[in-house]
Amino acid sequence: MRTQVPVVVAFLTGFALLVSFFFNENTWIGQISSEIKIWVTIVGGFTLLLGVVSITRVNWAAVKGRKEGWGYKVVTLISIFAMAIPAVFPSTWSPLFGRAEGSIYDWLFVYLDSPMMATMFATLAFYIASAAYRAFRARTPESTILLLTATAVMLWRVPMGEAFLNLFPGNIPEFLNTYIMNGANMAVQRGIIIGAALGAASMSLRIILGIERTYMGKG
Amino acid sequence: MNFIEIFEIWVIAFSTLALFSFLYKDNPIYKLAEHIFAGLSAGYYVGLIWDTVILQQLWNPMLDGRWWLIFPGILGILMFARFFPKFSWVSRTSLAFVMATTAGIFLISQLHGLVLPQLKATMLPLVSDAGIAATFSSIIVIIGVISTLIYFYFSKEHVGALGVTAKVGIWFIMISFGAHFGYTVMGRVSLLIGRVQFLYEDWIGSFSQIF
Repeated sequence: MRTQVPVVVAFLTGFALLVSFFFNENTWIGQISSEIKIWVTIVGGFTLLLGVVSITRVNWAAVKGRKEGWGYKVVTLISIFAMAIPAVFPSTWSPLFGRAEGSIYDWLFVYLDSPMMATMFATLAFYIASAAYRAFRARTPESTILLLTATAVMLWRVPMGEAFLNLFPGNIPEFLNTYIMNGANMAVQRGIIIGAALGAASMSLRIILGIERTYMGKG
Repeated sequence: MNFIEIFEIWVIAFSTLALFSFLYKDNPIYKLAEHIFAGLSAGYYVGLIWDTVILQQLWNPMLDGRWWLIFPGILGILMFARFFPKFSWVSRTSLAFVMATTAGIFLISQLHGLVLPQLKATMLPLVSDAGIAATFSSIIVIIGVISTLIYFYFSKEHVGALGVTAKVGIWFIMISFGAHFGYTVMGRVSLLIGRVQFLYEDWIGSFSQIF
């Protein structure tokens, strides 16, 4: 019962979606497929909320147990509620509620969350530089290829670098575009995409047929 | 520039400098900003899901007569059974539904939308009117695709012809990773320039309004 019901649900849902690809959307099976897609958006939304509830529980437990750094966990909890609660109330009650422009949610996103996200990614520029130093030491032919390609692409993508590359004989920017970006790089992307897509398709089949059950966990 | 605008600029400047302070070393100001960021990001999803999913896809359509949407609503609520060890198995049905729907969509879309078009784009005539450069580029693509696929084929030991092809695959992969690394660095530096530009123009620019 604990395992069979989920396996049956998985088979029926997956099979219905597979079969629906062979029918038009206005047929009854096509409509079932469209309905299932709406249903999964709803259930998927709850899974995201589950994640947020889980974060809240973990932080609350740390605060309650006065664990190390519990003061910061209080800040996290306040931030979660400060962002979430005004967004949940309808904007008809107050212009500060909801998600529209001028709401608390929008203000926190525009003036705190969004700049912080950009800063976090910008900080990575420094760490990428130090990682590059370690990774790019040309010890092997493979790391030399990586070093040369990365350097060439970085030079090519800025006006000053492109002007520098044009000082050398032969059209290096054109060579990079034709043989590196649209040649070797595209070939590898295709290889990876084909391999990953075949892997995803076979895993999907295993899930639908109930062979793959690890997502259910233990117990 | 009024008081509110100056206040907003200083809020952004504080959060930016607090996060950049980690470049010197881990410190309480950075930790404070980091935890605010984590909390706001989590809260952001609550607002987003509440509005776009719970209200727009579930609650409002149900009020409009689509009562059967109560079932995905129940499946969603059952997810929360994971917090109660005794009843955590109940959430499996919801999870199975999400996994199988994703699998059902993926199975065909991956083959139809990715594998077949990519194969079709690779299997092109080598000799065309586009000239010798296009032929050479097509040969590079074919060798690159085959050698990359062989490098990721782990069911047989990479020795002999398979080993040589896998080695060529590594070289191609290194070229691609190098190109991607270059692009990633460019993207991150571009963001850094944006933040520094904000601090220099907007934040330092606001000093003249205050002092």
